[in-house]
Amino acid sequence: MISTLNAIFGKHLHQSGSLLPILHDIQHELGYVPDEAVPLIAKELNLSRAEVHGVITYYHHFRQTPPAKHIVYVCCAEACQANGSEALAEHAAARLQHGDIAMEPVYCLGLCSIGPAIQIDETTLHARVTPERFDSLIAALGERS
Amino acid sequence: MSTTVYVPGDAAALALGADDVAAAIAINAAKSGLKMRIVRNGSRGLFWLEPLVEVDTGQGRIAYGPVTASDVPGLFAANFAAGGKHRLRLGNIETVPYLANQQRVTMRRVGVIDPRSLEEYLAHGGGKGLALARKLAPAAIVQQVTDSGLRGRGGAAFPAGIKWKTVLGTASAQKYIVCNADEGDSGTFADRMLMEGDPYCLIEGMAIAGLAVGATKGYIYVRSEYPHAVAALNAALDAAGDWLGDFHIEVRKAAGAYVCGEETALLESIEGKRGIVRSKPPLPAISGLFGQPTVINNVITLASVPDILAQGAAFYHDLGVGRSRGTLPFQLAGNIKFGGLIEVPFGCTLRELLYDYGGGSRSGRPLRTVQVGGPLGAYLPESQFDTVLDYEAFAAIGAVLGHGGIVAFDDTVDMAKQARYAMKFCALESCGKCTPCRIGSTRGVEVIDRIRAGAPEQIPLLRDLCDTMTLGSMCAMGSMTPYPVLSALNHFPEDFQ
Repeated sequence: MISTLNAIFGKHLHQSGSLLPILHDIQHELGYVPDEAVPLIAKELNLSRAEVHGVITYYHHFRQTPPAKHIVYVCCAEACQANGSEALAEHAAARLQHGDIAMEPVYCLGLCSIGPAIQIDETTLHARVTPERFDSLIAALGERS
Repeated sequence: MSTTVYVPGDAAALALGADDVAAAIAINAAKSGLKMRIVRNGSRGLFWLEPLVEVDTGQGRIAYGPVTASDVPGLFAANFAAGGKHRLRLGNIETVPYLANQQRVTMRRVGVIDPRSLEEYLAHGGGKGLALARKLAPAAIVQQVTDSGLRGRGGAAFPAGIKWKTVLGTASAQKYIVCNADEGDSGTFADRMLMEGDPYCLIEGMAIAGLAVGATKGYIYVRSEYPHAVAALNAALDAAGDWLGDFHIEVRKAAGAYVCGEETALLESIEGKRGIVRSKPPLPAISGLFGQPTVINNVITLASVPDILAQGAAFYHDLGVGRSRGTLPFQLAGNIKFGGLIEVPFGCTLRELLYDYGGGSRSGRPLRTVQVGGPLGAYLPESQFDTVLDYEAFAAIGAVLGHGGIVAFDDTVDMAKQARYAMKFCALESCGKCTPCRIGSTRGVEVIDRIRAGAPEQIPLLRDLCDTMTLGSMCAMGSMTPYPVLSALNHFPEDFQ
């Protein structure tokens, strides 16, 4: 972890206000921001551990524990609600109760004309997702991994 | 000779399978020995037709849509490369009424050009504004923006020229241009489409702002839910070469806090802190990013500037009505048949957008309400659908235009539930600095729960709470959450019984 962090620090320390870019890179590399990283980040940026902890916990995006193998983000904002995202989210939560795929709500993916929308992991998007389609996407995800 | 085929790389098109379509076209072209250049353009914003494949036939761009990967062999059999007949053929895309009836200004290159190509951007009229600005005195650039009547497109509608003038007039060794690309409102995607489909337009607008106020450094703060926009901007900046001169832009990825769309919270976030709202004054124009004078504008505001310079302030000012000048890219979303991006001058009505463009609900049931302006915008009943799309007309009925997002709901919507959601969302996203927002939102959820459980005597309490939030909150998060709550209560009281 130390070498990963040092490489990330080296990439960002020249930037003003580099804490968020550093946290993004750590999460990208390790999947989350481990507690052990906090004092090292604080020392590097001349911040208190409390300040770093405060930032990590303030933003929904940052995780403090290792993530599930896959994360399915289900849009729960108004435009998707208008197209049945609530039923989809309930279905998804029940479907993914056990196993290595986690569901998280997200508030808008910017696909508001073609909801309900979901995102799988970092960049894969799907629109007009019915519960049936959701199941086939999850099944395909299980086969791939 | 190779044929140019356009398959959008816009996130909405990707969500509908555009990558599979592009791959299928490449495979079939190779199989049939046809030379094809596949351009991943932005989206035209006609989302029910995505993935929308276009072919440059030399006589306009012939469109086919919505195309799935399994349609591709059929398109080849129909010789679509020459504009051949096929059941998905829509004809020349520019003549499709949904697009032909619009007046695209800011979004006119989105879906047309290859967003990765600076050369194409310049060939389609880009770059003229920046070239002209380089010959003008800073005050003359600011004057053009002021004269155009351009107001902030993020939602607050503050005159851009006045903001810029304040920054120009504040002496400092370092000033900043910050682009607010934290497009968190549900029902909005114009910023995303522009960043993905025409990133150089935003970049040029920021460079012009830099010349206007004497700033050499810009930041684009993009929400983390928009990875494709982040990639498009970074790719465009990497390929910009020396086009921007000594103006330097950095893309900063947000981290999923809705309130960071509020300008001072956004500045805190770029500084590497928790995105907590600042007290105003001082205004960001005087003491903004890292304590320096800062222009902070929305994506569409900045992207409107190149054309204002290139075509003149009068061109822009001549469009629109009242004090709402120019055009607004409206975004038609939710339960709507033909959802998409509609850029028109201010002045048409909500009903025209919902029915003439939108074709009514997607579900086929009657539309009951629309929420305009995101999660902090009011719900409008059918009786208000004739309201003119103009900042002041909306203010007059206790509503907001915001960023131009329109979310339609059919008659199955439960308005008390929507009011509860507004409070819940505020509780989830409040930065916590001021009490009316932090605690009021949680109490709001509880009061609405009691009303829904059959306690109508709690309604005055809800109104009282909304009053406190409106008058006592530090920023729009707390002070505008009452818009959806009270509009739902006022227009749909039957849902609260």
